[in-house]
Amino acid sequence: MSVRTFTLNDQLITAAAGQSILAAAREHGIAIPTLCELEGLSTVGACRLCLVEVAGSQRLLPACTTEVQEGMTVVSESPRLKHYRQTILELFLAERNHVCAVCVSNNHCELQNRAVEQGVTHVRFDYLMPTLPVDMSHDRFGVDHNRCILCTRCVRVCDEVEGAHTWDIMGRGFQARVITDMAEPWGDSTSCTSCGKCVQVCPTGALFDKRATAGGMVKQPSFVKVLQHARARKESQ
Amino acid sequence: MTEAELMECGEKERQRFEAQPLRIGCCMSSGCLSNGSAAVLEALRASALGSDVFPVGCMGPCSRGPLVWVRRGSEIRTYQQLRPELAARAVEGAIDPRHVVSPDDPFFSRQLRIVTSHCGVINPERLEDAVAGGAYRALAQVLREWEPARVCEELTRSGLRGRGGAGYPTGVKWNLVRKASGGQKFVIANGDEGDPGAYMDRAVMESDPHRVLEGMAIAGYAVGANHGFIYVRGEYPTAVHRLDMAVKQATRRGILGKSVLGTKFEFHVEVRIGAGAFVCGEETALIASIEGGRGMPRPRPPYPADVGLFGKPTLINNVETLAAVAPICERGADWFASIGTPTSKGTKVFALSGAVVNTGLIEVPMGTTLREIVFDIGGGIPGGKRLKAVQTGGPSGGCIPEQFLDTPVDYESLTRLGSIMGSGGMIVMDETSSMVDVARFFMEFCRDESCGKCVPCRVGTVQMHRLLDKIMAEQATLEDLALLEDLCDVVRHTSLCGLGQSAPNPVLSTLRYFRHEYEARIQNRRRLTSTRRPLELVSVNGSVAAPAKGGSI
Repeated sequence: MSVRTFTLNDQLITAAAGQSILAAAREHGIAIPTLCELEGLSTVGACRLCLVEVAGSQRLLPACTTEVQEGMTVVSESPRLKHYRQTILELFLAERNHVCAVCVSNNHCELQNRAVEQGVTHVRFDYLMPTLPVDMSHDRFGVDHNRCILCTRCVRVCDEVEGAHTWDIMGRGFQARVITDMAEPWGDSTSCTSCGKCVQVCPTGALFDKRATAGGMVKQPSFVKVLQHARARKESQ
Repeated sequence: MTEAELMECGEKERQRFEAQPLRIGCCMSSGCLSNGSAAVLEALRASALGSDVFPVGCMGPCSRGPLVWVRRGSEIRTYQQLRPELAARAVEGAIDPRHVVSPDDPFFSRQLRIVTSHCGVINPERLEDAVAGGAYRALAQVLREWEPARVCEELTRSGLRGRGGAGYPTGVKWNLVRKASGGQKFVIANGDEGDPGAYMDRAVMESDPHRVLEGMAIAGYAVGANHGFIYVRGEYPTAVHRLDMAVKQATRRGILGKSVLGTKFEFHVEVRIGAGAFVCGEETALIASIEGGRGMPRPRPPYPADVGLFGKPTLINNVETLAAVAPICERGADWFASIGTPTSKGTKVFALSGAVVNTGLIEVPMGTTLREIVFDIGGGIPGGKRLKAVQTGGPSGGCIPEQFLDTPVDYESLTRLGSIMGSGGMIVMDETSSMVDVARFFMEFCRDESCGKCVPCRVGTVQMHRLLDKIMAEQATLEDLALLEDLCDVVRHTSLCGLGQSAPNPVLSTLRYFRHEYEARIQNRRRLTSTRRPLELVSVNGSVAAPAKGGSI
């Protein structure tokens, strides 16, 4: 296995060829904030929280999709990045209804955690809060579009791990929404296997178990990593 | 069809032209079609029975359409605003002089037509017409004489840069794809032109589709691709129809397909139609769309030159870029490089619109000043009004104020002024335009066209639009303006693709030159809150407008 050496925040770090900046940083205990990324799923670079400064690149690059190059110099913490991350989180919080006190995922929410970690104390923008539907037609699960941040983890886990591709995205821009099948009620979906993987990987309270009450929805997204690892081992045997 | 047969076909066609005493071309490009040129063509056919009356592409001055040219022997006359009832008189040549376009009209004489040299001249629906005009001659010559590496080298030497707006050196891009490893490669022509007020690519595709196909075939040969796609936006049905026809004709005659012009080079072309998303003009979103997926961009690198269509190395060029390839190959890189400025070579097609006398399609050498474009070619501002600014680059560009009108138009100069060359939309604005409103218009456009994948663009454009709305309504404070500027910075640097990264440009450029207009609206709010005057009665400059009574003042 060939090795790449690069500098991250003045620290010399080795990474496997083809490894992302994010994965290499994690291996060395350097945390870079993420929301849409989840180990075991493909990366899309959509949430823009993991943007890092790479010397020689005019643009900021997402650590999750950028491969480590030999000798590259990366900065993952700077006042500028901090400001950008805070503003992005503010935009998230202002987009839909993210009132934590009445959310099933309160205290177990990745958006909430990121906001706290990044020191978001207030939101400078108008709260847009469009009135979006809550679909409770599925036997066991519910989807509250008002909590969705369009990270597409559900879309990816359903397609890449479960192989059902029940979830997808409809509409564009601010009108975009996750849908089941052809925008039918989740309960009517013929492709859904009711495996619940989407619920477990959802970073917020958008997808939840119907039995959960406020603050009760604790998720286990790490199963994807374990499952993918086990599958890879089986394939190599 | 071999090269010899191609030459023979062209020669035969030219002889046929010579034998015709009367030839009439009627513009059937979208601009004139919407002015009713289809009926004019019918009327011309009825009045000139037995003569060669045929549709042609865009001649340029779209605001004066329908446009028709009549060639009698060696004499050509061009007519403007020709209505069907005037067709017979045009054929006879006895018509009111105001319908005759003067041969010395500066609209035409100040232009240099390379990319659009055949637009408005040939019948875009006949292959033979294009061949008679010299189509596919450059392709034949390249296949006969040049190695693929030589083609890339010539293009690099010509100084041609991407006409989609970014201005990346075309030859360098071709070389990257040529050197990319992997057997299967693709060529894509990007015809998903979507900037408001821009229709350069539409005109080229509608008026001279074979020119685009020829450029693609040369590109395919140079980079080692055997398959090409033309991605045309769905709002261009005429372009789709004519490209489809052109591909079928060229394939049937052996100019495209298994054996291009009888050589070992294989090149197939397919037309793909967009479904109305502006973001599909972004190359990675366009590729996703051709693959059958949702048209959403992905982070680059990897660039399409390495990982493109179906994961294969892909060359993706704008339609106008590809249309410039054949003339460069035929007339030489040095000839092309002799036109333009040191960093921007050749010519650029612009769609001139807005508050200008002659709106339409123009092609000028790089380095022509904005003043020449607006006043000499465009004929100035109608109604004796003053020019305020010229907007270039659409929603990714900016507004250039009157004091910089003598700036030569090239990639670097426009960037220095806080705008961009862009794809070629050029909107002229007079003194009555509110620059805050202009910024708001483009922000609304970006908001509606954001794909929704990344947050800064999806939500940032909504928030910026709201802040601009607030400023327009004279409800904003200086804090709102500061927040808008901060948000512009964040969205510009954190968005995933070019759409979001450039969405703040219209705001930033109007703030740069017209900050006082923003501030005036904020000042007005202060005055309002202190005197409690009704909002509608105060105009931008602070004077109180009297309510109109009975339509007269």
